[in-house]
Amino acid sequence: MFRTKPKSTFYKSHPLSLLIKILVWAAIFITAFVLLFIIAYIFVKGIRHFSLDFFSLHYNSENVSVLPSIITTIYMIFISLLASLPFGIGCAIYLTEYAKETRFVKYIRVTTETLSGIPSIVYGLFGMLFFVTYLKWGFSILAGSFTLSIMILPLIIRSAEEAIIAVPDTFREASFGLGAGKLRTIFKIVLPSAMPGIFAGIILAIGRIVGESAALIYTAGTVAKIPVSGMDSARTLSVHMYALSSEGLNTDKAYATAVVLVALVILINLLATTITKKVGNKQYE
Amino acid sequence: MNDKYQITDLNLFYGDFQALTDVNMNIKENQITAFIGPSGCGKSTLLKTLNRMNDLIDGCHITGKVLLDGVDIYDNYDVNLLRKNVGMVFQKPNPFPMSIYDNIAYGPRTHGIRKKALLDDIVEESLHKAAIWDEVKDRLKRNALSVSGGQQQRICIARALAVGPEVLLMDEPTSALDPISTNKIEDLILDLKKYYTIVIVTHNMQQATRISDATAFFLLGEIIEFDSTSSLFSMPKDKRTEDYITGRFG
Amino acid sequence: MKKQKILERLMSIVFFITATISIVSVILILLFIVINSIPALKEIGIVQFITGKTWAPANIPASFGLLPMILGSLYVTAGAVLIGVPLGLFTAVFMARFCPEKLYKVLKPLIDLLAGIPSIVYGFFGLVFIVPLIRNTLGGTGDSILAASILLGIMILPTIIGLSEAAIRAVPQSYYEGALSLGATHERAVFTILLPAAKSGIFASVILGIGRAIGETMAVVMVAGNQARIPTGILNGVRTMTSNIVIEMGYAADLHRGALIASGLVLFVFILILNIAFSLMNKKKGA
Repeated sequence: MFRTKPKSTFYKSHPLSLLIKILVWAAIFITAFVLLFIIAYIFVKGIRHFSLDFFSLHYNSENVSVLPSIITTIYMIFISLLASLPFGIGCAIYLTEYAKETRFVKYIRVTTETLSGIPSIVYGLFGMLFFVTYLKWGFSILAGSFTLSIMILPLIIRSAEEAIIAVPDTFREASFGLGAGKLRTIFKIVLPSAMPGIFAGIILAIGRIVGESAALIYTAGTVAKIPVSGMDSARTLSVHMYALSSEGLNTDKAYATAVVLVALVILINLLATTITKKVGNKQYE
Repeated sequence: MNDKYQITDLNLFYGDFQALTDVNMNIKENQITAFIGPSGCGKSTLLKTLNRMNDLIDGCHITGKVLLDGVDIYDNYDVNLLRKNVGMVFQKPNPFPMSIYDNIAYGPRTHGIRKKALLDDIVEESLHKAAIWDEVKDRLKRNALSVSGGQQQRICIARALAVGPEVLLMDEPTSALDPISTNKIEDLILDLKKYYTIVIVTHNMQQATRISDATAFFLLGEIIEFDSTSSLFSMPKDKRTEDYITGRFG
Repeated sequence: MKKQKILERLMSIVFFITATISIVSVILILLFIVINSIPALKEIGIVQFITGKTWAPANIPASFGLLPMILGSLYVTAGAVLIGVPLGLFTAVFMARFCPEKLYKVLKPLIDLLAGIPSIVYGFFGLVFIVPLIRNTLGGTGDSILAASILLGIMILPTIIGLSEAAIRAVPQSYYEGALSLGATHERAVFTILLPAAKSGIFASVILGIGRAIGETMAVVMVAGNQARIPTGILNGVRTMTSNIVIEMGYAADLHRGALIASGLVLFVFILILNIAFSLMNKKKGA
C-alpha cells in the first residue's frame, strides 16, 4: 500500500465523484441482493414442502409427484442433444476447418444469430405447426425435444466454434506433418483438444432445456405421467411447475418444485464454471 | 535554479519485486531532465512515481520521500491536483475517441471550467503552444483519431498543457513516431522548456543529447549516474555508464 | 489411398450439409409461421389485425385486434428497460471498473446464475412476492404492468451487465490513463471517457435486453393480469403478445388459431427488427 491514501478528505473536493461511486456500489448491492433474495425466498419457503411422496413414482393429484417430470426432463435433454450435437458441432467444424469467408458463411452467422434471438414461444408455435401437426407426431416428447434441439443450436455452434478456434494451429500442422489427412486431424487432434469447451457449451444447453417451458407446452404437452415412448406426451420439470402454479391448488408443491429447479440450475452453473476454468487453465504452450 | 522535485531514499516495490532502489535526485525547474537506460531498468517507473500513476498498479508501494516544491506528494496530497500540476504524455499517442476540441477541453472541463469563450481560448492557446494549431484549426470538430500519429502526439501534448501544469512528464513520446514527427516534437519540447519543467524518458541517447540539460542513467532499478547531459556523455564517471553510451550493452 | 480420398471428400460434404442447419431452420420457422398466418391475415385484414382495439375471439362475429397486446408488450418492455438498464449499466460499471478482484470471483458466477434461473421460477417469484407486495402497498390486484416491468427488469439484468461489462473492458486502458493524467478522478474518467467509448456495445446490450423482454412469456403470464384491453395506468393488468399465445392456443381453432399464429409472426418481425439493429450496432463497433 501507499503510505497514505487520504480517501475521506479526497472526496470532499470531488462531491460528484463521491455520488457516482455511491450509485455504482448501490447498483451492485441491489443486483446481488435481488438475486440472493429470490433464491433464499424460494429455498426457505420451499424446502419444508419436501416429502417422500413428492418423489413417488406415480403421479396423482394427491402427491403431485415431481419424479415423472424429472424423468421426462432427462429424456428431453438426451434426445435434444442427440439431435442437436451432430449438426451443431458439424457446423462449427465446417466454419473453422473448411469455410472461407464467403457469403454462405455470412448467411450461417446471420441465421445463427437470428435463432438465438427468437423467443421461445415462437419456437413453441413452430414446433406445434411442424412437428406436432405437419409431421403428425402429436404432442410428444419427440416433438418437444426436436423443438428444443433447434433452440439450443446457436449455443452449441458458438461454443464449439470458439473451442475449435482456440486449438493452436501448431497441433494441426504437427498432425499434417505426420502425414495424417484432414479428417484424421479433425477427429483425432482438433476435436479432442476442443472437447472441454464443447462440453461447457453442452452444459449451458442443458441449463436452457431444463429451464424452458414456453416452447414445450404446445409441443410436448402437459401430461404428468412417466412417458413410455418418445411419442408420449409428457411435462418437464419447468412445465410441471407452470402447471402447478397456474392451477393455484398446489402452491406448496410449486415452491418445492422451484427449489428442485433452482438447485439444478445452480448445479449446472457450477459445473459449467468449473469446466470453463479448466479450459482457461489448460496450457496449450 | 530551483529544485522542482526532491527525491530522497526512494524505494519502490511491485509486490515482492523491488523496481527502484535508493533513488536520490533533484530535478531542476525549467530544465529538461532525461532518463536513459536499458528497458526494465526502472526509468518509466520513476517517471510514473512523479505524478503517482503507479497508484494504478496493484501491490505497488513505496518508501522514502518525493517532494514537489517542498511538499511530499505521497503524504496527504490530492492526487488529482497533483496530476493537474504534473502533466503526462504517453509512449503511444492516446487521444480520446472524440473531437480534437473536446480532447483539449477535457482537462479544463474536469477542473470546473464551463464558459465556452474561456474554453475556446484555452484550446487555441494550448494548440499553439503544442505547435499544431495551424494544422488543425480548421478541423477542431473532427475526431482526434483521424489525424496522423505525430499530430495525435502533439494533440496529446496540447491536451496536457491545457490544464496549466508546471511539470511535463514524457514517457518515450517519440518512440512510436517517424523521424520527421520526432523532429517536430523535439523542437517543441525545447520550446516548452521556457515555461515548464520537463522530464523525459527516452531509449534514444541521441535524443537525450539533443534536448536534455541533465541526464540520469538507470540500471536494474538504480541510478548509476546523474549529471549534466554534456558531462555524462563526454566523460562518464562510471564504467557501466560508459559501456552503455558507447553501445557495449543494453 | 483412393478410399481415403473418397472419405475425405464425402465428409467435407457432410460438414457442409450440417452447416446449413441454421439457415434451414430459420427458413422452416419463417415458412411455417407465415403460411399458417396468411389465411387469418387475409380474412381479418393486416391493418385491422394490427390496429384493431378489440380482441374478442368468443364474440359473434369474433373480433381480432392485436393492438392491446402490441401495446402491452411495448409497455412492459419499456418498463423493464427503465428498471433494468440503469441498474444493469451501473452494475456493469462496477464489475468492469470498481470491483476488487476477490469480490469479482464471487459476483461473476452469481450474475451468471441470474441468467440461468428459469423464467417460470421468476414468474412464480413474481406471483408470490412482487404481486402481493404491489397489491398491499399501491392497491389494485397487483397483477399489473408494474409487476411485469419489475420482473422483466430483473430478468434482463444479466444480458445488460454481461455485454456492457465486456464493452467497457474492451476500451483501451490508455484512454483511462490519459484521463487520470489530466487530473480526472477515477469516477470521472470512467463516466466521461470509458462509457462514451463503449457506447455502441452498451446500446447493443440494451437492444438484446429489449429482445429478451419482448419475447419473454412464462414470467409475464404469471404476473401481468392478462386482460386483453388497452391499459390506462401502470397498475392496470395487461396482456402481451406472448401471453396471448400461450393462454389461448390451448383451445383455439380455425380463424382464432390462425390469428394467434399471426401474432407470433408479428412478434417474430419485432425480433427481426431488433436483430438488424443489433448487428448494425456491432458493425459500428467494428469500424
